[in-house]
Amino acid sequence: MNDMTQHLPLSIDYIRILPELVLSGFGMLLMLLEPVLTGRRSARTLGYVAVLGSVSAFLATVNQMQIPAGSAFWNMVRVDSFSIFFHVVVLVVAILTILASFEYVEKQRLPAGEFYALILFGTVGMALMSSAMELVLIFIALEISSIATYVLAGLLRSDPKSSESSLKYFLLGSFATAFFLYGVAMVFGATGSTSIAAIGQRLSYAPTPLLAYLSVALMFVGLGFKVGAAPFHVWTPDVYEGAPAPVVGFMSTAPKAAVFAVMLRVVFEAKLPGTFWLIWALAALSMTIGNLGALRQMNIKRLLAYSSIAHAGYLLVAFATTAQDGIPAVMFYTASYAAMNVGAFAVVSHFANTGERYVTLNDYAGLGRRSPFLAAVFTVFLLSLIGIPATGGFFAKFYVFSAAVRSNLIGLTLIGVLNSAVAAYYYLRVVVAMYMKEPQGEIPVERIPASLGAVLILSLGATIWLGVLPGSVLGFAQRSAQYLLH
Amino acid sequence: MESLDRIILSLIVFVPMLGAALLMIFPRRDRDVRWFALAVTVAEFFLSLHLPVHFRAQLSGFQFEVNKSWISSPNIHYHLGVDGISLWLVVLTTFLTPLCVLISWKSIHERVKEFFILLLLLETAMIGVFLSLDLFLFYVFWEATLIPMALLIGMYGHERRVYAAVKFFLFTMVASVFMLAGIIWLYARTGSFDFVDLKHAISTGAVPGFAAAAPWLFLGFFIAFAVKVPLFPFHTWLPDAHVEAPTAGSVLLAGVLLKMGTYGLLRFNLGLFPEQARANAPWIIVLALIGIIYGALVAMVQTNLKKLIAYSSISHLGFVVLGTFSFTQAGLNGAMYVNLAHGISTGALFMLAGILHERRHTYEISEFGGLATPMPVYATFFLFVMLSSVGLPLLNGFIGEFLVLSGAFQANATYGILAATGVIWSACYLLWMYQRVFFGANKNPKNAHIEDMHGLERAALWPTLLLALVMGVAPILWLKAIDPAVHNALAPFAQTAARTVGQ
Repeated sequence: MNDMTQHLPLSIDYIRILPELVLSGFGMLLMLLEPVLTGRRSARTLGYVAVLGSVSAFLATVNQMQIPAGSAFWNMVRVDSFSIFFHVVVLVVAILTILASFEYVEKQRLPAGEFYALILFGTVGMALMSSAMELVLIFIALEISSIATYVLAGLLRSDPKSSESSLKYFLLGSFATAFFLYGVAMVFGATGSTSIAAIGQRLSYAPTPLLAYLSVALMFVGLGFKVGAAPFHVWTPDVYEGAPAPVVGFMSTAPKAAVFAVMLRVVFEAKLPGTFWLIWALAALSMTIGNLGALRQMNIKRLLAYSSIAHAGYLLVAFATTAQDGIPAVMFYTASYAAMNVGAFAVVSHFANTGERYVTLNDYAGLGRRSPFLAAVFTVFLLSLIGIPATGGFFAKFYVFSAAVRSNLIGLTLIGVLNSAVAAYYYLRVVVAMYMKEPQGEIPVERIPASLGAVLILSLGATIWLGVLPGSVLGFAQRSAQYLLH
Repeated sequence: MESLDRIILSLIVFVPMLGAALLMIFPRRDRDVRWFALAVTVAEFFLSLHLPVHFRAQLSGFQFEVNKSWISSPNIHYHLGVDGISLWLVVLTTFLTPLCVLISWKSIHERVKEFFILLLLLETAMIGVFLSLDLFLFYVFWEATLIPMALLIGMYGHERRVYAAVKFFLFTMVASVFMLAGIIWLYARTGSFDFVDLKHAISTGAVPGFAAAAPWLFLGFFIAFAVKVPLFPFHTWLPDAHVEAPTAGSVLLAGVLLKMGTYGLLRFNLGLFPEQARANAPWIIVLALIGIIYGALVAMVQTNLKKLIAYSSISHLGFVVLGTFSFTQAGLNGAMYVNLAHGISTGALFMLAGILHERRHTYEISEFGGLATPMPVYATFFLFVMLSSVGLPLLNGFIGEFLVLSGAFQANATYGILAATGVIWSACYLLWMYQRVFFGANKNPKNAHIEDMHGLERAALWPTLLLALVMGVAPILWLKAIDPAVHNALAPFAQTAARTVGQ
């Protein structure tokens, strides 16, 4: 423990947590500004400040590529291309969510300062999760991110569904984090450490204590809940249905990406025992339950909620493979899932209109005629969610399944590919509604504001780019995976 | 010419897509959109003629190849190439697409821009399927055909269009994930998606664990292609899709999309897994024979013109599968020829059915009768196309079926005898249908003043008629490229046969 002799953190240590510092600073600034700014355009101004904050954090992350990979604060965090990758995913999602919410916040009269500040604070937690090397710090980061999302889910205060969503999420979520914490305590009991690197080392040379298995099970209850994997998925549809649409786009991608980063560390770096069959079962259940559940949904938000359960399942398949194949597969999947899902929810939140009135499949009937651009863009996101070639979604799935076949997981692969075929049906129902059904009644489709247009173009571009030229992102993911493998 | 040879395949694949991209930013003036789509597809057709003109039939292997690394890990290549098997299928595609534009000129009057965008995207995907030599790329194009076709059916089709579109999409999608699993398995064991490399690796036994997996791999690919062909009992999506599709959709569905299935069987099932193909041939041939006879018998009792043509497709495609799995030179030549002839004749039949539907908004045969009097030109066109489909000597249908039958007789006389009845059935149902539609008294007053074919419709039909005749009189023009390619494709089968004899 040489680092303990070093009493004061070095300046490079601060650079290694600069993105988190910047985000926290801007979050506090937003809270200070809100009471000061009154007037009609105040919401927009706060939005710009939030964008500025997240873009600065993004630049701080990019800047981290210039410094050598390494630890900070006595091995509490480590910055390497693995953590940078997830920082980028989380921050890009945050930027896109903020941009996509401009219109929504004004129309639904959400408290702008709180809304944007909570997104920034939540992002701090998520960013920290991907660089934390200490289970206790991971727990704190998980709580920061979760508490922010609990509140965000309930921000539509006049809507009882939103309050229900928030309360449900909060109660179940706290319960799940408690499981995680209990698991951490057990790990400490089993190995005498909460540092990921130290746990990995101790487990490698001593016989595995029984307690370690119990701790894995408990930790996976907590983490499984956070990513919405079956059988810990029950909250997902209700919470997604009630929460504000842009928030759902955010919380179905960014926190999940961060939790998957934690899982990667727990499974492949700490090398906790007994994860294989646990993950196998979680993956198979999530894919099947998610897809079957989505088949009969009429509410687009519930449909996408079940779809996110299924996607968590596909992602989990990669955890059952070797580290060499699995880590880049998970990283690529989270990035492309973020691109398509943020885009899809941007469409949903624009179309839902004031008070989120238009969220059923019937409302989407004839959208292809009324707003060809919106319908076309949404179609691309849905096709990517199905996994049609030339989209990021296809490539992500393909990469996961080829990793699985290489590890001889033929059974899990077959469950996966059959599930993707089932999934085609319910995504297709949305496309069918938009293009092949006649509109029922007059549903206004408002002009797409510039900020939302930018979000749609960006996520569309990312979805197609990841599907056509995935080479650079994949290469980056493969190189970052090396940092976990030592 | 040298430089053109290197990029010609990429041009052929992507010119329609470029056209579609330009159409997206095109103003919504329907007339201009139509002219633009016609210009693109006609230019594409002439571009594709470069292939047969400069194709050297005596060379084995692929020509005009492009092979560039697309993604380094996984090792995916942008690998295109053409041989005698894919050559004419590409030209068939580029030949039918401009005719589809013509036949849709007046019948599509809503969302015109979207229609032609989808048609052009479909063309790119179809051509990509025939030209890809990288399994990953192939799968990309294979799946890419699904969406435009499903949208064409679902947006522009008739009453039950949504049902038909979704059924079409799901049948093909579910079937092709089995192929995807097979492709992934091959990649995981060899580190390559390249068709040529994989074929070499498999034939030299360099793939670990291949022997145990081969039956499953064969089956995975087979299911994907059998649903597309469609082979009995996977055919149930086809009548629905055809009846509900707009005319252009039906033409391309029957003319090209079904051929993707037979092409896949020949290229991948025979090319990569020759031993499994031989082992599984008996039951596949039985399915093909059932398809031939069952398709024809069901066609006989149809009351709906388009459904009748759809079932006749099942019957004709049975010939292709029979010829392919006879493993004889004649049978395979015939299979390829039936592919082309069926594309032309059935494409034309669907166009003719569409012309009738536009005037009367029904496909019910009982609604018609005595149409030869008010529509003499139409009746003549129809007669010609119908006879070419029946397999009248000197027209295109005859050559292919004759070759398939002689191949089937060489393989096993029973196959030949059973399949030959299919020819008789097809004459029965088509001639009977013709009689009911065109002869007899014109009893239905709605048909009294029915308008004959107009200029655009004639323009769309003339090329098919001419080609049907030329293909029937001078098959050598086509077979000289097909024959050597088929010979190469059969090489592994000749070897296995020789080995069996030697033992």
